[in-house]
Parts: sequence; C-alpha cells; structure tokens
Amino acid sequence: MIPPRRFRLSRACDGTTMTTRQPAERRPYWQSLDSGRLLLLAAAGMLIVAAFARTAVGIKQPEEALAFGGFIAVGELLRLRLPGDREAAPIAMAGALAYALLMHVNGIGHGWHVVSIPALQVVAVAAVGMTVGALPHIAAGRPAGITGMSTRLVAVACVAFAFRPIAGSPLISGMRTWWAGLLVMTVLLAFGWLVETVISALIRADDLRARLSVALWDELHVQWPLGTAVSASAIIAVFGAEAMGPAELVLFLGPLLVTQVAFRRYAGIRATYLQTVRALSRVTEVGGYVESGHSRRVSNLAVTVGRELGMTEPDLLDLEYAALMHDIGQLSLRDPIPGGATVLVSAADQERIAELGADVIRQAGVLDRVAELVRCQSWPSRGHDPAPPIGSRIIRAANAFDDLVGSSTDRDQVAAALERLRLDTAREYDPGVVDALSVVAEHRLASRL
Amino acid sequence: MGRVSRAAWLYIAVVVTAAAASLALVVPMAQPKGVPGTGRWCVEFTVLALLLLICDSVPTPLAARQSAWSPSSSATLAAVVLLGPAGAALVGAASVLSPFRQLLLVERLFNGAMNALSGLAAGMAFVALGGHVGLPLPGHSYFPHNIGPFAVAAVVHVLANHLLVWAVLRLNRPERRVPRKIRVESSLALLLASDLGYAALGLVIAALWQVIGPSAAVLVLVPLFVARWAMGQFAEQQRAYAATMAALCQAVETKDFYTRGHSERVSRGSGMIARHVGMRPERIDAIMVAGMLHDVGKLGVPTKVLQKTGPLTEEEYAAIQLHPMRGLEIVKEIGFLNEARAGIMFHHERLDGRGYPMGFAGHEIPEFARIIAVADAFDSMTSTRSYREARGIDEAVDELRSGAGSQFDPLLVEAFIAALERDGWRLPEPAVSVPADRDTVTAQDHDDPTAPLQVVESL
Repeated sequence: MIPPRRFRLSRACDGTTMTTRQPAERRPYWQSLDSGRLLLLAAAGMLIVAAFARTAVGIKQPEEALAFGGFIAVGELLRLRLPGDREAAPIAMAGALAYALLMHVNGIGHGWHVVSIPALQVVAVAAVGMTVGALPHIAAGRPAGITGMSTRLVAVACVAFAFRPIAGSPLISGMRTWWAGLLVMTVLLAFGWLVETVISALIRADDLRARLSVALWDELHVQWPLGTAVSASAIIAVFGAEAMGPAELVLFLGPLLVTQVAFRRYAGIRATYLQTVRALSRVTEVGGYVESGHSRRVSNLAVTVGRELGMTEPDLLDLEYAALMHDIGQLSLRDPIPGGATVLVSAADQERIAELGADVIRQAGVLDRVAELVRCQSWPSRGHDPAPPIGSRIIRAANAFDDLVGSSTDRDQVAAALERLRLDTAREYDPGVVDALSVVAEHRLASRL
Repeated sequence: MGRVSRAAWLYIAVVVTAAAASLALVVPMAQPKGVPGTGRWCVEFTVLALLLLICDSVPTPLAARQSAWSPSSSATLAAVVLLGPAGAALVGAASVLSPFRQLLLVERLFNGAMNALSGLAAGMAFVALGGHVGLPLPGHSYFPHNIGPFAVAAVVHVLANHLLVWAVLRLNRPERRVPRKIRVESSLALLLASDLGYAALGLVIAALWQVIGPSAAVLVLVPLFVARWAMGQFAEQQRAYAATMAALCQAVETKDFYTRGHSERVSRGSGMIARHVGMRPERIDAIMVAGMLHDVGKLGVPTKVLQKTGPLTEEEYAAIQLHPMRGLEIVKEIGFLNEARAGIMFHHERLDGRGYPMGFAGHEIPEFARIIAVADAFDSMTSTRSYREARGIDEAVDELRSGAGSQFDPLLVEAFIAALERDGWRLPEPAVSVPADRDTVTAQDHDDPTAPLQVVESL
C-alpha cells in the first residue's frame, strides 16, 4: 500500500520535458516556507516590543522577576539536542512556564503574597532570560537558535495571556482549592506544549520538505516525554515557590539537571549509533565492492523519497540503516562484482546478496526490521508474493538510480535513468516510488543551480 | 549480587542487626511531633514509603558494579524533613518490600537495613543542626533556615548509602584484587551527583506537601519517571549499538574463515589490559571499540593477497601495510572515537620502530595502539591458521615476553599476563576443518609475530 502522494507529477512528464520544466506546483510552497519562519520571528518580535513597552512603565515584584529570569537564562544555556537534530531548552521552558503560572510567593522579605504581574511582564522576563542564556552560545560560535527561542517565547506568551488575567481569582488561587488551580494549570500547560509542538512541526515540515501531518505526528511522538517532564516541573516550581519562595528554584535545579543529563546521554548514544553505522557502511566501498560514496548516496536518496511518501521518523530511521547497509551482503562474495552495480547482476545473485546481508544484520538481534528491508530489496516491486515493504521498494529504486547515475549531476543522465526506471514500473519498480524519486531528483537539480 | 562470600555474609548480618537495633531504639524515642500512630503521621509515612517503593520498582542497572541505582533518596530525604530521623529510618526500611522481583532475600534485607541506617544518619544530622521537623508553622517557610541542615543531611545520606554499598561489593569479591588506591570513577561521580540532585527533591516534596498535601508525591513522580524513561532508552540504545557493531565486524570477518571472532577477542583482550593498568571507564569503552574495529581496513586488501601462499611481492606487502590507514579512513567520521582512531591507525607499529605504517618507535606510539598490538598478536597466536595449529596460552605468553621491548611494550605485556591469570581467556573454538565450499582462508597472517610475512626481495 502506497500512501497517497502530495505532489503528483503526471506520467506524461517524461525525461526530456522534465528537465526543462520548473517545479511549478512547488513554488508557492517554497515561498510559504520562508514566510512561516518569518511570521514566527515577527510574532516573537512584536511580543517583545509590546512587552518592553509595557514593562518600561514599571516592573512589578522585581525579586521574582530576577529569580525566574536567572533560572530561564541558565536553562537556555543548558540547551539539549534531541534525536532528529531538534533543539530543546527544557529547564528554561519549565522556568518560564512556572513564572507565567505563578499565583502566590512566599517571599523572604515580604512574607506570603499574591503575585499580580501582567502577562507582558512574563514575556519580557522570558525574553531577557533567553537572550542572556543564548549569549554564551553565540560567543562560542554555536548557532543562536533564534527559531527555537521564538517558538518557546510564543508558547510561553500563549500560556501567560490565558492565565494571568485569572491568576488572582479566588476559585483557582484559594488555599483550599489548590486542585482547581492544578487543573487549570495542567490544561494550560498542555495547550502551551501543543502550541510549541505545532510551531516546531510547521518549521520542520518546511525545512525537511515533509508532509505536515507526518511532521506533526513525529514531533508529538518525540516531544511528549520531555513535554510531560517540563509541565510537571513547572507545576512543582509554582507550588514550590508558594511554600519556599523563589529560592526554591536553586533547589529544584538539581533534579532537573539530572533529568537533562539522562536525556543528553540518550540523544548522544543515538547520534553515535547513526554515525557508526554510517561510517561502517563504507566498508563495502573500501573493500572495492561498490563505488565510492554509493551507500551514503543511496541512503540520502531513500530517506528523502521516504519522506516525500509520508513515512514517519522511526520508519525513516529503519530505512536509513537499511539503505546504508543494503550492500553488506556483498562482503560474503569472494570477489567484488565488477563495477559494484548490483542492478546489473542476475536476479538470483541479487537475491542471494540480499539474503546474506539480511543475515549479517539479523545477527545484531536488534535490527530485525532493518534486516527485513534489506532482505526484500531484491524482490521485484510488483507481482511478487508476498509484496515487499515500501522501504524495500524505495531502496530498490534508489539503488538502481544511483547505479545508473552515480555522483553525476548531469541532467541528461538523470533524466535517462529516471526514464529507464519508469519503463520498468510494470514489474521491477514501484511507480509511486519512481514518481517520488523524480520529484526529489528534480528538486535536487533545481536547488543545485 | 550473585554469590555471596562469607565475609559479605558477616558484613550484611552486622548491618542488618545494627539497623534493627537502632530502629528498636529510636522509634519509641521519636519526637512528640512525629509519634508513630497518629493520623497524619500515618498518611505521610505511607505515601513516602510508597514513593520509595515506586522509585525502587524499576532500578537502572549499573553495568560495572553488581548494583542498581534508583532515585529513592528523594523519598527518604522528604521523610527526614516531614517525619524526622525515626520516620526516615522506617521509610528506608520499607525498601525490604521492593517490588523489584529479581532481588534475593538477603539483598532485600541488606537494602532495607542500608536505607534505614542512611535515613537515620541523615535525620540525625538534620535535627542536630537545628532543622525543623514536620510541616512549617503557619507563616513560616522551609527557607532559609532549613536549607543548611537539609544540605548536610542530603550529603550524609548519599555518602552513607554509597559507603555501605561499596563495602558489600568489595567484600563480596575476595578473588579480585582491588587496587589499593580507590579510583574515583567518573561514572561514580555522576552517580553521586545524580543522587544529590534527587536528594534536593526531598525538600521540594516536603515544601509542596505544605501546599497540596500528599499529591506532592504524585506530582514529583512525573519527572522522575520521565528521567528513568530516558535512562532506560539510553541503556537500550547502548545495547543495540554494541550488538550492531559486533554484527558488522563479524560481517567483515566473513571474508576469512580463520579470523572469525578475532575482532571481538582483541576487543576483550584490549579491555582487560586497559582495566588492569587502571584506565578510566570511558577510555576502556573506547579501547574496546578500537579493538573491535582495528582490522576493518583489511577489507581494502584484495582477497587474493590475503590468501596468497608463498612470499608476497613488494606491492602486495604494501597493500597489507596500508590496512591500518584504510581502517582509519572508515572510522574517521565516527566523532566520539578520537583516541580509538590512533589505536586503529598504529596497531602494527613496533617499539623498535620497525612496524608500519609510520615506523614510530617507543612512546611515539599511542598507548591505545600499544595495547591493541599485544592483544592482537596474542589472539593470532592462540588461533588456528591454515599453515599451523593454534598455540597454547603458555607458548603464546612466552612469545609475547620474548617480543617485549622490541615489538611490544613490556609493561603492557606484563599487565596482559597478569590480567590473563586473573580473568582467564576464552580460546576460540578450535576450527575443526575448513568447510569444503569455503575457499576463503588466509595462507599467512599479518598479525602473527612468530611467522612474519615473507616478502620477495625484488632488487
């Protein structure tokens, strides 16, 4: 089953016309890409301007502002890279959300008092905290992460604007009705998290040319554990401030740091894993079994095609591993296939190589789905029983494409290769995959110009 | 803990008795505010004990030590503040009932006694320094006068906990010589830091209790569980990573029937040496990776050269000499490897400077490479080759000794021999006979120091 395609190039669009035609359907899409990010930055900028204009009149309850602003700055300094090259600042987010939801504070000097700060002050404090925390990143030559900061700021502003007007109402901030406050906070935090996730998904869908629904699903999937932790931490910080004053933030930093270290190690090992598989996939190239760079090119192409076809991130990761290792079975051959192009050897040999490769990968015990993709890559895409999975069909087409084109960027060669694949769609290749492949190839040629 | 030695039995008995005695002594003398049996005391005790048990339910196993870690220190320390020393000891003792099934009775007893004792110690430190036990009086705050006593209590708790565990682990391994100087492993430092971080949560729980009552414990569980989820994911990914690497290395070895398992054994041998000379855990991990990958570059050597019988031409010899460079080419993109890369690149250098590819001598050769060279040669000698049977361990050790100083680093050779005596060595399965359809065997082994490659003198 092939998922429905977003961009359907007509079949009549053959090689020769395709090379001259510009991607007409894409243009508004590409324009909206930049405008999406621009819109976000503009919204954040306007919020900041309004916030500073409002706060310039006079800052209310400066002790808390200072404490929370400092906490946000520390959190922004300790950014985190999540799997899939996503940036997060969970500690900063927890601090900013807690400041937005503050009801009472047990201040050191003033005793227990109601917090009555306007929403725009929350935005101002968050913006200043984030900027201060981002300065060391800029000084160290790392990216400033303005998109991420804007996203977080907008999410915090949404929560603040919804909550600050009702913060003082006795129903939610009374001592006996803490549970009502808890309920409201939970709902608002979920809302804020959703805002952040949707914005991130929009930006990501633009950057990666992924389908929005898929990008959203991926984003929700990746973000929910951290989002839950951030929301719970924000609530704890709100009630903690009620009991201990803003100084509790120092105390609370400990457990948050531990959580952050756990996430960092998790993201780190995932990155190392991918890096190692990428590097080791080159053994077939060093061994002279395949052309240099083949595995990497096939995997890049396969992942882009998979994204074009609306595959989700976990599936794309499997696809990437499988594409990187799709030729590993050749290591069991006594001598390299001349030229290394599996597309040119007999079907029986292709099947044997795929089986050998799948055996190697299955040895690992943890990559059975990847092994399955590698095993089925040699099957013809249509009319085979059982039908090969979509990942295998993609690898089959991407591999054939790369065998024919290699690292060349010559338009005619690309067009001829696509034409050849298209002629074989009756049996060898999946027509949907070939269509997606031509969209991707066309885009690559266009962006190279 | 596995098997328990006699000294450890004795030690556990002492700890359990001490804990029981102090509980019997302290509980009746608990402060008036924390008298067991009153309604609020019961609620607080039950909730905190449950929190501790939930924290304990899925501990994170610690690979290097026969122990596991859980964030339960936050529950005990919340008990220190809310219930005082006696309550903290009782909450700690509740870990006897840990729902984690794989625990033996003796481990449960020890864990309960250990947590009770460290809870008691922390509670006494807290009270002795003037900490206020129980919920604060109206209009008062936990902050700032409680923070000092609490910080000391947290440190006392974490230290007592680690000391008691460390002692049982040490007593339980009489066969293993523990280095006289206790090395502070970085993972231990991380562990202590995590424990202190979660201990801080104890005071947060106590403070939240003032505002939202027992729900504080539930709220605090959420981030705890997320952190544990991340740790679990980390452990899972790490296992998957190791397994994948081993599988890929095996794939490289399929090219040659006789060298099966060579990478894995060299990895193990290098790890043994590294451990014996007292390397840090991350470096041990790195050298094991390097050992695993040290020969991937051999794939770049044409099969016909590897399988050639008789002397090699100079070009063929040059192709073999190039394999460490080829290996480097493959692994250079793996970011974390750093030092391991040098190990792969230079594992065929000799101390006298007659090795390849660079001809480095003495301490010009990186430590990783010197270690791998020893393990590599040893495994080659103790494995069967097409041109000879496998040598015995003693014979291979003699060969290593005779090469010490010229080919190998003498200190590392001795370290390896000592590690061999301690840990033993699992010899490769004796290669029965090469299957008939296998024509992929080496005729000579570039790793074998007793049978150097024969090169034709062309000039």
